[in-house]
Amino acid sequence: MNNLNEIRAKYTEQFQQKSKRARIVVGLGTCGIAAGGDKVMEAIKQEVAARNLDIDIDFTSCIGMCYREPIVEVALPGMASVIYGDIFPDKVSQLIESHVVNKQPVTEWAAMQIPEGRTEYDGIVTMDKSAYYEKQVRTVTSRLGRTNPESIEDYIATGGYEAIEKALSMDRLAVIDEVKKSGLRGRGGAGFSTGMKWTFVYNAQGDKKYAVCNADEGDPGAFMDRSVLEGDPHGVIEGMMIGGYAIGADEGYIYCRAEYPLAIRRLNLAIAKAEKLGLLGENILGSGFNFRIRIKAGAGAFVCGEETALLNSIEGQRGMPRVRPPFPANKGLWQKPTTLNNVETYANVPFILRKGADWYAGMGTEKSKGSKVFCLTGKINNTGLAEVPMGITLREVIFNIAGGIQDGKQFKAVQSGGPSGGCLPAEKLDLPIDYESLGAVGAIMGSGGLVVMDENTCMVDVARFFLNFTQNESCGKCIPCREGTKRMLEILTRICDGEGKVEDMDTLERLANVIKTASLCGLGQTCPNPILTTLRYFRHEYEAHIIDKRCPAGVCNALLVYKIIAENCTGCGACRRVCPVGAISGENKQPHTLDTAACIKCGGCVSKCKFDAIIRG
Amino acid sequence: MVACGCKCETTEQAQLIEQLDRIIDEYRGQPRGLIQVLHKAQELVGYCPKWVQVRVAEGLGVSLQEVYGVVTFYALFSLIPKGRHKISVCAGTACYVKGTKMVVKAIRQHLGIKPGQTTEDSRFSLETVRCIGACGLAPAMIIGKDVHGRLEPEQIPEILEQYQ
Repeated sequence: MNNLNEIRAKYTEQFQQKSKRARIVVGLGTCGIAAGGDKVMEAIKQEVAARNLDIDIDFTSCIGMCYREPIVEVALPGMASVIYGDIFPDKVSQLIESHVVNKQPVTEWAAMQIPEGRTEYDGIVTMDKSAYYEKQVRTVTSRLGRTNPESIEDYIATGGYEAIEKALSMDRLAVIDEVKKSGLRGRGGAGFSTGMKWTFVYNAQGDKKYAVCNADEGDPGAFMDRSVLEGDPHGVIEGMMIGGYAIGADEGYIYCRAEYPLAIRRLNLAIAKAEKLGLLGENILGSGFNFRIRIKAGAGAFVCGEETALLNSIEGQRGMPRVRPPFPANKGLWQKPTTLNNVETYANVPFILRKGADWYAGMGTEKSKGSKVFCLTGKINNTGLAEVPMGITLREVIFNIAGGIQDGKQFKAVQSGGPSGGCLPAEKLDLPIDYESLGAVGAIMGSGGLVVMDENTCMVDVARFFLNFTQNESCGKCIPCREGTKRMLEILTRICDGEGKVEDMDTLERLANVIKTASLCGLGQTCPNPILTTLRYFRHEYEAHIIDKRCPAGVCNALLVYKIIAENCTGCGACRRVCPVGAISGENKQPHTLDTAACIKCGGCVSKCKFDAIIRG
Repeated sequence: MVACGCKCETTEQAQLIEQLDRIIDEYRGQPRGLIQVLHKAQELVGYCPKWVQVRVAEGLGVSLQEVYGVVTFYALFSLIPKGRHKISVCAGTACYVKGTKMVVKAIRQHLGIKPGQTTEDSRFSLETVRCIGACGLAPAMIIGKDVHGRLEPEQIPEILEQYQ
């Protein structure tokens, strides 16, 4: 097979036929399944069988609105697709009765509709005008929630493998130039120019070269790579093929976290299907280009997200970073020239080739081009996945897309870039999101996790949480990282326990700077960031803990004092009965009192009190 | 009987060794397959005891020290037996700020085990793990292969009941 024209025509026809029939599609990404999507699927199948309906049932991956899972799409011929949220099995019967049988969408359950040229319904917001998607652009995520990720037919029908066809007809350097011109930078964190990286590997001497995909997404609060792998595995494969062709590699490895079994399964399936069509293997599309992809599952070590540690892990060793230089571009996997790119980076490449570097460079800011997928989590109303143009402000992302803070609470901080990133306060909300701006304030773009914290989050406790994490995950090779994180953790634990000393803040700062300077890899060089940013922006919280022996957010147990507010107390006795140590006393219908010396601060009374009469602080 | 250095006398153990050898065969003499082989070996045996490590080391042509180094480096490999159902409570940032502590406390109260421990009847083992990528559904946990999200402490007994 020298080109895909014939099968593309066939699959496109099939794909269009699908929309001419009534269909129900269930979102079955990891998040959809966790929310009960597979049970909903079962209920739909039963309902359709019981009613003997002539309707197609299909599945897709996560469209991005994790907060509305399980998500179900219903589409009737000629009519817009309606995306329903929070569809649990008990709603299935009514949904099918109303929308499929009576052709009346259940407006109050609908999240939005996607017209795609078909007739719109009244009273349901369209996707491009919905609060969640209005400010988004969908490139890398364009197939998520819209195609069946296990179907290579769907992929090809939606422009898939067009880019590799085009690339194979181009000179290898021209492909690299196109990527360079697009301004694409590594989406894994450091933001190095992808085109430059490919040039280094292209120029490196070697009989054998490798293209490696870093799918060891380890930052807590980041799941964009998982979503892309689960929702568009062929997109990543095609991106790797283009990279492999450009640098002159004939073998690729995807190093994926073992904690992502569904992503690994869908990748394996996608590779097998691509091989069957001759898109992976020998002499691809008659071009003489050979390329094979293998998957390596990680084994639970955060440091393996660092490129040289990842290479060691693929080679079957402990995932410890190597000294650079030599850089992987010259001596990478098995000492051969290797390019290492992140999942999202590769997934961008086919779009750049297909739509052109200029189109891509038209999005974003001067130095940060294109779009970036962010994971919105924490104390916000709309948790999920959002792809936005570079340069959008944190405020727009948090208050427009993510719908603001849960339960009407106050915004306190946003943590960008995982354990390597920083915690930014409200004053920084109007900061545009791009590599340079985030770097300038002490945070990093990182992989794109944004964890939002509200007034009830203690920043010292959060700093301790991150340090506990990095201290656990430090591989132990560089002493400043191994010992330094341990010492910093001890200091932070001491502060949270109310035993902090004033000089602790300076010691933390000094240790942080030494660790940053004297560590070999990204983990050590960036793990002090959460400490440095919380010290910079939330110093008053440290001071409250150390000097006033008080935790303003009411989190650090040792610093909490429980009190009963007499005016609010009705004397119902609920707190008295639940207290395990008998620290609360009082007559029925009389305000109670709490013996702070006996109190063990378990918090049982606070959760029992219906009158907000017990406070901790 | 296959000579494996341990005191396996039952047919069950002998079968286990035979199955392990088939796993090793795929990468025999190739050190690069170490992590892949250990994954499958642990799936088969339930954990990575010394006899497994010895056999893997000999089969792949690496030293026992290297195998031990890899087993203890990666969090997924265990030197001690796990329960039939492995509970992994996510301790990622999003889950942490939304109540990992409460979930662990509820499981502790229900099963009487702390993270890192296994129940006496070997039904459950409990651990806290790095972010599982289900942040949209925080707080979350994995039991076996099932992800449970948006957890409330009072749901815990009901969820655990499903796993016998």
